[in-house]
This record gives sequence, structure tokens and C-alpha cells, in this order.
Amino acid sequence: MSGQTATAGNGLLERARWASRAFARYDRATVDRIVAAVARTAADNATRYAEWAVRETGFGVAEHKALKNVACSTGLAEAYAGHDYVSPRTDAAEKIMSIPRPAGVVFALTPSTNPVATVYFKILLSLMTRNAIIISPHPMAKECCSDAARTLAEAAVAAGAPDGVVQVIEEPELPLVEAMMASPLVDVVVATGGTPVVRAAYRSGNPALGVGPGNVPVLVDRSADLESAARLIVDSKSFDNSILCTNESVLIAEDAVADRLVSLMRGAHLLSGPDRDRVRDALFPGGTFDTRFVGKDATWIAERAGVRVPPGTRVLLAPIDLAVPEEPLAHEKLCPVLGLLRVPSARSGIDAARAVLRITGAGHSAAIHSTDPRTIMEFGAAVPVLRISVNAGNSLGSSGVHTNLPISMTIGTGYVGGSSAGANLQPGDLVDWTRVAYHVDAPFGDFAGLDPWSPPDGPVPRYPEPSNARRTSAAAPGMPSGDPGAGPSGAGSSGTAQDTLRDEIRRLILEELASLVRS
Amino acid sequence: MLDYGLFTFASKDEVLEKSSTYWNPGKTRFWVDSGVPLVIDRREGYFLYDVSGRRLIDVHLNGGTYNLGHRNPEVVAALKQAMDHFDIGNHHFPSLARTALAEALIASAPKGMSKVIYGSGGGEAIDIALKTARHATGKRRIVSIVKAYHGHTGLAVGTGDDRFAKLFLADRPEEFTHVPFNDLAAMESALRARDVAAVIMETIPATYGFPLPAPGYLEGVKRLCETYDALYIADEVQTGLMRTGELWAITKHGITPDIMVTGKGISGGLYPIAAVLVSERCAGWLTEDGFAHMATFGGAELGCVAAMKTLEICNRPQTRSIVHHASDLIGRGLERIRADHPGWFTGIRQNGLVIGLEFDHPEGAKHVMRQLYDNGVWAIFSTLDPRVLQYKPGILIDPSLAEEMLDRTAHAIARAAKEVHR
Repeated sequence: MSGQTATAGNGLLERARWASRAFARYDRATVDRIVAAVARTAADNATRYAEWAVRETGFGVAEHKALKNVACSTGLAEAYAGHDYVSPRTDAAEKIMSIPRPAGVVFALTPSTNPVATVYFKILLSLMTRNAIIISPHPMAKECCSDAARTLAEAAVAAGAPDGVVQVIEEPELPLVEAMMASPLVDVVVATGGTPVVRAAYRSGNPALGVGPGNVPVLVDRSADLESAARLIVDSKSFDNSILCTNESVLIAEDAVADRLVSLMRGAHLLSGPDRDRVRDALFPGGTFDTRFVGKDATWIAERAGVRVPPGTRVLLAPIDLAVPEEPLAHEKLCPVLGLLRVPSARSGIDAARAVLRITGAGHSAAIHSTDPRTIMEFGAAVPVLRISVNAGNSLGSSGVHTNLPISMTIGTGYVGGSSAGANLQPGDLVDWTRVAYHVDAPFGDFAGLDPWSPPDGPVPRYPEPSNARRTSAAAPGMPSGDPGAGPSGAGSSGTAQDTLRDEIRRLILEELASLVRS
Repeated sequence: MLDYGLFTFASKDEVLEKSSTYWNPGKTRFWVDSGVPLVIDRREGYFLYDVSGRRLIDVHLNGGTYNLGHRNPEVVAALKQAMDHFDIGNHHFPSLARTALAEALIASAPKGMSKVIYGSGGGEAIDIALKTARHATGKRRIVSIVKAYHGHTGLAVGTGDDRFAKLFLADRPEEFTHVPFNDLAAMESALRARDVAAVIMETIPATYGFPLPAPGYLEGVKRLCETYDALYIADEVQTGLMRTGELWAITKHGITPDIMVTGKGISGGLYPIAAVLVSERCAGWLTEDGFAHMATFGGAELGCVAAMKTLEICNRPQTRSIVHHASDLIGRGLERIRADHPGWFTGIRQNGLVIGLEFDHPEGAKHVMRQLYDNGVWAIFSTLDPRVLQYKPGILIDPSLAEEMLDRTAHAIARAAKEVHR
């Protein structure tokens, strides 16, 4: 480091550096314990923060957000329970040992749309990989996100994590956030949010994992189980009022089954031409999406557009003729309005999906309902996205809740989507591995039973007691480990016995002093 | 050529020569003779640069004056902004900046502090504290410890070591009693006659080499003060402002002082200012005759702005956390170095980032200081106990710099050991 002080962020970054330095030496058992404790606390607060997020942002459905919060806490912890991002690995055949090296300080931008779920997600990923993290919440969601981050930070420290391992920017003003992102004290920026946020992350000069926007085409071909496809699409499109970037944007239906599909989509209201125009004008006044509609429910939107819909309507189905840039309804809509495009064949449906993604959303995700492997493979090969949900709702499909993809609130859009990350963000993305490689002819070492990491020997950092009040320093030469100078590995001595002894000595000294004063 | 616009020197030698001629020959010669011919040029963060361009990590920080680093960008920004509006101000009148800082200081202070009196430096602030104690108690005698150091002004110098008082015929043994440190019995004898206005104590005596108060000692002194009706003045000039991991070190002892003094670091290293915090019991003279102590520069408004920003930075949870992490790492690192040099590096006196390193040689710390200087670290020996090196890393230090500092320190201590043939 430069020795410079107060680079940006009022000491948050410096504190994070200290925490990450200490955390990077933790052993696996301690890390597992911290992750489990934090996940449990997060899940316990899932509903409270879901309600808070809806109240603060006005986006989405509390019940659905609670579900995401659980998925991104205990769900995530269970999904990665068997994974190990801490212990060294040996490959005797290749004569290579690999030692994990955490990124260090993660600077995480979180969105207004999935605020707390993303906060949970990024914090747990960081803890699994022994990184320190600073959350920079979207200003619209700063209250719930700050509180959630503080709650998880406390849980982490209570479970033994270093102080400062989770921090949050309480007032995330743009100049401050940009200055912090660019600080040499940051090791990686993980940006979830709109295109400007992601671009800013890449401009920062620090390594960045930023992901682009979605605009999800979903193809239903003649081979699909229409009953199931209809239900899954409506459920997915109405989930959290379409706030996930993985929600379906344009439904592409093969002509032969389109009518029947639409008739099976219970809760979806097919708009007439004039009503479709009213909805389009309301959502896109002057051609630009009006963000007041983000995450609002279908009846609220219909009412604002001056369209009458039956009670219980969850999705507005808006027929369009062509997926082209000048058709606003073919753009990303973070609300339960679903474009409907009829196509003569599955082949032309694939072309239409490509057309949707030319507008926006390349690299993100798509869905297909089909039982024909040939069509599914063609769709996968032709449509420029990096994940495709098959016979699943895409909101929870591409985010890994209803598929076996990694559970993620951060969807890598890859090179085609202007991102360095091509997969669902997962813990492995926040850790590097040092490869310790032997000469091909040299005998490989026996590393069995060796572990460079150790549990902390108390709170990290220890409270700065005066050295003459601390337990006797055992740093004298020849002393076995257990000495505080030997670092975390010296945890062998029985702390409680020493503490008792120390307390006893203190008591005696105080008594002596008291009698002195009395005399 | 050393060209600074307003003034130039042909070389470092010319600076040293003229420094001796026009400024202070004793000091100038002392440092050259000590092997530390430092003339500070650029300064930034925790680095100093000699005019030759050599970089030094500053672990002296002038007793905490540069706690936040040299020219801390946040304090510089606050001061620059203030200079568009404020100047020193007029000490006679109620003032915006003085009032705001006073309120902030009281809010940060141990319970019971009620009013703030400003000085332009620590010495003056100590004089104010002593005068205040005398007014409040109607008694004249002041008790301090042997080898105490509280500054060089009229009264302050009387509390300290004779070295600085006798030269100027400023010692006043009839008014100033010195008792051995960590000796409650001696303290009680000094107080028993009930003629003592106040005991003044640095929470950790700095210039004496940071000997740590024995557990219970300061608490015992406070109780004795209560028993014999003397006031307790906490000198927190060097120990305050988060250096020990709490904003004011005295709170780690659970002591509520009657008077507390802050200086050095409160300036942010940019604009001289010092302050005395007093309890309501001691604040009487401010009502009786508010003009009784005056200083044109005391509580200069620009200084108040620097102090307010400094206080805010010091009091952040982040800063506290950094100090705890850093004192843990540095403490463990020093223990390891000490284990390599038994019999030479004999002790570590540490409370947070107040650290004294003891060497088994009457002038051991001077040897280590010189070796550190040669190895890119600037730390100073303790004037009143040259066996002990003062080692005060910055409170916003980052882990990389802390590790580099420890590496250099280990090397220098080993070199110094060879130098004294150990």
C-alpha cells in the first residue's frame, strides 16, 4: 500500500483490509460455523427484511421476496455445504498442490430490485471464501440493506469472524461510491444493477465482475406440455411482480399451439389491440420505460393505463407483431407485462428470440418449453445467452432456485453481454488458487494432515488490553506454542484456565490496593 | 538546489549550517551527531522524505500529532474550505467554530466534563488546567510523578523533570511535588496534608518511555484524590484520540477526571490548538471572570475546524477497529522479534498503539533509533529514559505498511544488537 491515509470511504476500506488479512488465515471449520450462523440469522429475518424492502422501494411482493431471502441464506448455505474454498488440495498424479487465496476486499454494489436477497447473497459468498465485503446499496433501498448488512455483520462477528469483515456504506452517494470503487484498497468490484453501474465498475480500474441487463425470450413450441408451460410462465412472470432480471419478457408461441397456450394461462389477461396500446403508452411514455411501474402488480398497472381487467389478473399479455427496437414492448420490462409474439415454426421462434436479444439482454438468459431435444439444442446453440431454463419458469430457473444452476442474484452475461463473468456468480469466483507445481520428474510431497490455516485464538482482533494486564507473554525462546506471539496457530493453551488465573491475580492486586487506600 | 519558491538553499549542508547559525545550534548538532541528519522535505500519509529524497516511515508522529497521517486529505480539505470563510478569529467574542468544537469535545468526553477552555498548544493548556485546579480548590500545591513531562510553559515546566526547569531557574519545589510512579504509598504521603490542588498524570507517561501504570494504580490515585480533596487532571495529550483503542485512554480505567487536557493530535497536524475540558465543579472562574485567561491564538477558529474534523475521524467505529487490528498484529510481531533477542530487547510496553520498546543498555534506544533511521523508519528514543524507544504507529495504518514496518524493525534491532556487542 501507499502509506497514504483516508483514500476514500472514511476508513471503511482500511478496516476491511485488516479484516480480510485476518480472515484469510481462518480454518475451514471456523468458516463453516460462521457461514451457518450468518445464514441462520439471515433466514430468521427473511420476512422482516422482505416487508421492509417492499415498503422502502415500492417494488415487488413481500411474500416472494421472503422466499428469495431464504433461498439466498439457508438455501445458499445448504447448496454449498459440501464445497470447500478454504483447504488446500493436492493432485498427486499431476504433482500440484493448490492453496486457496481469497480475493481480499470485495466491493459489492447491490440493486434496488432485489435488495436484501442480493445483500444476503454477496455477504454469504464472501464469508464462504474468507473475504471482507463492503456493501454499497442502491440509494432507494439503503435503509433495509444497511440494516440487513449490519445484522449479518453482527452475526458473523458473534460467530468468530474478524471485526469489520462485513461493512456497509450508510450514505451511498455517487462520488463516494465511485471513489471507493477505484481505490487500490479494493480487490474486486461485484456489480449488480443497471448498465451505468456495471460500466462504472469496469471503468474503476479494479478487477470487476459486472453483469448486464436481461430481456428474456421464452419459446413454447408445439411439443411442449402446454398446461405446465402456461402455469409456469404465469407464476414466473408474476413472481415478485417481475422484479428479477430473469423474468420472462417476450413469450414466443408457435402458431399451432398459441391459442390453446393463452387460454391455459390462468391469471394472464390477453390485451385487445387498443388496450395493448394504452398499456404501451403508459409504460413507455415518449418511448422510455417509466420506472414507476417497476415491480408493481398487474391490476395496478392496468388501472394506471385505463384498462379494465378481471379481478385476480396477475399478468398482462400484450401481443406484438415483431421484436424490433422501436417496439417498446419487446424491451426489458421489470413488471408483469409480457409481450406475446406468434411465430409459424420453432425455427422462426429461435430467430425471434435472437431478435429480442438484439434489442437488449444478450448473454443473460432465455427459456424454452419443449420436449424436443433437437429444438432445445438448436435454441441453445443459436440464442446468444449463457443460461436457458427448460420447462421451468425463468425467474427462479435461471437464478438457480428451480434448476440445478448455482443459486445466484448475479447473472454473468459473459463476453457477448459485455461482462468478464459468464456464469451465475458463485463462491468460487471470489477466490484464486496458488498452484504449487513440482518438477515433472521430482517426487511429490506428502501433504497429508497439513493445514496452513488455524482457528482464531479469541476475538479477532483481541481487545487492546495494556500489556502488563494481559496474560503473561510466553514469547520467551523455547516456549511451546500457546504463546500469543505465535499467531493464530498458537491456540493450544487453555484460555479459560489462563483467564481465571488472570482474574484471580487482578482481584488480589485490587484488594491490595484497596487496603492501601484504606490505611 | 532546494527551491521552495519563497526560499532556496544550495544544499542540505547549507540548511544545516544556517540552521546552526540562525536557529538552534544545540539541536542541529545533536541530530547530526546522533546519526540522524534529517531535514524533512515532503510528507504524506505515514511517510516523511528527507531533502535527499530518502523515504522514512514515521513511527514518532510527534507524540501523536500526526495520528491521522501527515496532511491527512480529509483534514486538509476541511481546513482549505474553512480558509475561505474563517481566520484565527477574535478570542474576546463568542465564536461559531469554538462553540461547535466545544460541544463536540464534551459529547466525546468521559461523563462529567462540562466546559472547554482553549490554548494554542499543550503547554498552555496544562497551565490552564493547573490554574483552574488552583482556583477551584483554593490550594496551590501540584503533585506529579518523577520524570513527568507536561510541557515547558510557566507552570507546566514545574511538574516535569528538573532538566527543563533548573536551566531557566523555573523550578519551584515548594509548589510542585514529584512522587515516584506506580507508588501509591508515596502518592498518599504527598496528599495526606490536604494542601494539594491537583494530581496531574499522563495516562501513560510518554517522555519517560511509556511505563505502564500497574493494574489499579491510576484507579488508586483517583481514590486518593477523592479522599484528600485533590483534583485529578488527566493529561491525554499523547494517549487520547483513539491511540489506545478507546477515544480517551483514561476511560479504559473507568476514571472520570476532574480536568482533562488534549493537544498535539487534536490539531490534525495542521493547525496548532489544544483544549482543556473541565467538570462543572472546576468551571467556576469562567463565570466569575471569563477574561481571566486569554490568548489571541487560543482556540483559533481554523484550529477548531481542523480539530473538529480530526475528532470526527478518530471517533469513527472504523478507526477504532483499525487500531484494535493494528495493535494486535504489531504486538504479536514485536513479541516475535523480542523472542529472537533475549537479553537485548527486554520488554514491550504496549497499550493499543502506544508502544515502548525496552533495551538492556543505558542508551539502547538511541542505537535502535539510528539503525531504524538507516533502514527507513523514524522512531525516537524517550528523552527521560533512553533505554526505551517510543514506537507509535499511525492509527489509520494499513496491514501492508504495518508488516513492512515490522520487517524493517526486526532488521534494525538485530543490527543494533551487534553494534552494542550482544
